[in-house]
Amino acid sequence: MSEQTATCMDTILDEVLGRYPARPSSLIAVLQDLQEALNFLPPVALNRVASALHVPRSQVYHVATFYKAFSLTPRGKHLVSICRGTACHVQGDEKVADMLHAELGIRDGETSADGEFTLQSVRCLGCCSLAPVIMIDREVFGNLTAAALRRALAQYRDDMTS
Amino acid sequence: MITSPEQLAEYRAKCRSAQTLLRPRLLVGMATCGLASGAAKVFAALREEAALRGVDIDIVATGCKGACFLEPLIDAVIPGKARVTYAGVTVEDVPDLLDAVLAGAVYAKRALARETAECLLIEDCAEPYPADANLEGVPAYDAVPFFHGQLHLAMRNCGYLDPTSIDEYIARGGYAAAARALTTMTPEQIIEAIKTSGLRGRGGGGFPTGRKWESCRKAHGTPKYVVCNADEGDPGAYMDRSILESDPHSVLEGMIIGSFAVGANQGFIYVREEYPLAVERLRHAITQAEELGLLGTNIFDTGHDFTLRINRGAGAFVCGESTALMASLEGRVGEPRAKYIHTVESGLWGKPSCLNNVETWNNVPVVIQRGAEWFAGIGTEGSKGTKVFSLVGKVRHVGLVEVPMGMTLRAVIEGIGGGVPEGRQLKAIQTGGPSGGCIPAEYLDSPVDFESLSSLGSMMGSGGVIVMDDRTCMVDVARYFLAFLKDESCGKCVPCREGTGRMLDILTAICEGRGEPGDIEILRDLATVMSEASLCGLGTSAANPVLTTLQYFADEYQAHIADHTCPAKVCRALLRYSILTEACTGCAACAKVCPVNAISGERKSPHVIDETACIKCGQCYEICRFSAIEVA
Repeated sequence: MSEQTATCMDTILDEVLGRYPARPSSLIAVLQDLQEALNFLPPVALNRVASALHVPRSQVYHVATFYKAFSLTPRGKHLVSICRGTACHVQGDEKVADMLHAELGIRDGETSADGEFTLQSVRCLGCCSLAPVIMIDREVFGNLTAAALRRALAQYRDDMTS
Repeated sequence: MITSPEQLAEYRAKCRSAQTLLRPRLLVGMATCGLASGAAKVFAALREEAALRGVDIDIVATGCKGACFLEPLIDAVIPGKARVTYAGVTVEDVPDLLDAVLAGAVYAKRALARETAECLLIEDCAEPYPADANLEGVPAYDAVPFFHGQLHLAMRNCGYLDPTSIDEYIARGGYAAAARALTTMTPEQIIEAIKTSGLRGRGGGGFPTGRKWESCRKAHGTPKYVVCNADEGDPGAYMDRSILESDPHSVLEGMIIGSFAVGANQGFIYVREEYPLAVERLRHAITQAEELGLLGTNIFDTGHDFTLRINRGAGAFVCGESTALMASLEGRVGEPRAKYIHTVESGLWGKPSCLNNVETWNNVPVVIQRGAEWFAGIGTEGSKGTKVFSLVGKVRHVGLVEVPMGMTLRAVIEGIGGGVPEGRQLKAIQTGGPSGGCIPAEYLDSPVDFESLSSLGSMMGSGGVIVMDDRTCMVDVARYFLAFLKDESCGKCVPCREGTGRMLDILTAICEGRGEPGDIEILRDLATVMSEASLCGLGTSAANPVLTTLQYFADEYQAHIADHTCPAKVCRALLRYSILTEACTGCAACAKVCPVNAISGERKSPHVIDETACIKCGQCYEICRFSAIEVA
C-alpha cells in the first residue's frame, strides 16, 4: 500500500470511528460505514477497529465474515444485487441471472474484470410487486426484461465515462 | 415543544389551518415501488410545469396506497371537492392533469377512483364530500375491485400524508393516542387495553402483544428496552417497508406508548440495510419528534423519558429472530440462543426487552384511540383486527392489501387480486415465507387468520401471499426455500446447519432427474429431527415448505423421481427445447435472443436448436411469436 493511500485510509478510519461511541456495540455500524467508504474491509482497518472499540480481533473477523453486507475483498464500483425473493423466483430470477451473466460475464459473487460491477444475490429486496427486480447501488429496477436490463446497465456504464 | 394534550390539540389546529386547503394539492406516490415505476420523473415534470405556469399548487411526495400495479399514483385534493386518485400517470399526462386540477375538474383519462368522504379512521370521523357533476363516471373507492373489502388500519396514513412532515401526521390525529395513554392512563391500564383488543404480533409468531408487554413490565431488572423489529426478511413480504416509508411516525408513536407501558426509557429500531429509504425516513421522523419534545425527557410532562436509536441490519435473515436480533444490536454475530428464559425477562444486554414488529407497533395507537373493544370487534375469535398482506406472484393485481382477519383466501386472491392472469390456472398459494407452506387451490375458501393457516400446515408469518399458477413447479419451490434457508442458517446448531444442507442436496437431485425411490422418506426423517432439535424458529420450521408440498403435491415429486419429467416445465435439467419445423417462419428472433448462439438456420427457413449447446434458459420460447418452440 502506498503512503498516500495509507494516510487516506487513516483519515477515513478516524472520521468513521469518531461517529460512534468507542464500545463493542458500535462494531456493526462502524464496519457498515467503512464498507461504504472503502468498498471493502482491508485487514489494517479491521485491526484498527478492534483496538478502537475494545473488541478482540477474532470477534471483529467473526462479524465481518458473518454478515453479507461485508466484503473482505474489493468490490466493483457498482454493486448489482439480484433479488432472490419468492416473488422474483416465481417470475424468473434465474433468467435475470442468465441475462446478467451474458451482459457482464460474471456470476454471483464475482467482480467484472474491469472492476466496474460486482454481482451478488440478495434475499428479498421488498419490491415484490415489481418482480423480477435488481438493484444497482441504491436504485431499484423492476419488471425486468432483457432490454430493460441492458438500459439499466448502460446508465451506469455511461455514468462512469461522463 | 409540546408538553400537554392541550398543546398538542392547539398545535394540531395550527397544522390543519396551515394545510386547510386553500389551494389544490397533488400527492405523488413516491415509495420504492412508485419510484421504480417512474414517479420521480412525473413528480419533477409536475413541479416544472407548475413553476412554468406560475400557479399556486402544492405538489408533495407521499407514500404507498398499496396498489403497486397501478403506480405511479397521484391523489388530487382540491378545496371543497372529493379527493380523486389517478393511476398510471406518465410525464405526457402532466399538462392535461394540471389543466384539469386547476380548473377544479377531473382528468378522466387516468382517473381511478374517488373518495366519498373525508375520513380519519383513527378518530372515527367522516365528512361526506359535496356532490359534484365532474365526478360522474369516476367510481367510488369501494367500487374498485382492488379496494373493495379492504380496511386500512395499519395503512391508515399511507398515501395520505407527506411522510417527512410531522405536522401532517399530527394534523391527521397523530400523537393524540400517545398523549391520551401517557396523561390519562396508567401503564397497567394500557396493557389491559392491549390485552382486551386481542392484538397479536404481526411479525410471524402471533404472540399476544398485551401478554408480552405485561411480562416485560413485571420482569425484574433495569433498564428495560423496547425494540422494533424492522428486519423484514420473509421473501415476498414488504408491508413493513411500505409502512416505514409512508408513515414512520405511526411506529414511533406506538413505541412511545409501549415504552411507557413496560417502563423502558430506551428503544431501538433494527432496520434491514436493504431498505435505505426507510432508514432515511425514520431518522428524519425521530429528529422531528425530538424537536417537538415527543421523544426525549419528560414527555407530555409526565416524567417519562424515552429516546430512540436506529440500527441497520447487515444482511442476515436469521436476525429477524428475536435473540439473534438482540445479539446483532449488541454488535455481535446474529446467532440465536436457546430461549429457556424469554427475552422479555432477559433480552438485550441481559435486561428485560419488549420486541414487536413494525406493523404491531403501528397498530397500537389505533387500539388506544378507537378503544380495545372496537378493535376486538374486527376479525375472528382468535385473530383480531386486520392484517396487511403482500399479494404478489402470478396474480393480476399485485400490491399491499389490508383486510379484516378471517376473509377467505378466495376473496383476497380472486376478489381483490383479480385472480391469476388469463389462460392460467391457480395452483397454490404460498404464505408465511420460508417457515410457511404452500396451500393448494382447493383450500381457497379457508379464512385467512392465524389458526386456519396453521391448520393447513402453513402459517400467517409476516403476511406474504405468493400466488402460483400451473407454470410453477412445487418441487422447485421447495428446493428454492431450502436453498434460501441453507444459505441463511447461521450454523450454530447442527440439526439446522446439516439438515438444510442435506434437504437441499436431495431436492436438487430430484429437480435434476437424479432422484431416488427412498428420497421422500429421508426428507421426512430429516424434517422430524430438524423440527424437534433445532435451536430457533428458522430450523424448527425449515421443513414446512417441503412437508406441505409433499402433502399436497406428492404426484409432482413422483413425476420428477420416477418419470424424470417436470409437469410444470420449470426444472431445466428435465426439459428439452426444439423447433417445430412446420411452425417456424425463420424470423430469427430466437437466434438473436439466444445467449449461447445455440440456434442456427437460414433466414426465412426453419431454424434448429443445437441441444448440446442449449442452456435451456427459455428465452427463445418467450420471444417466439409463432409458438414454434416446443418444450418437452
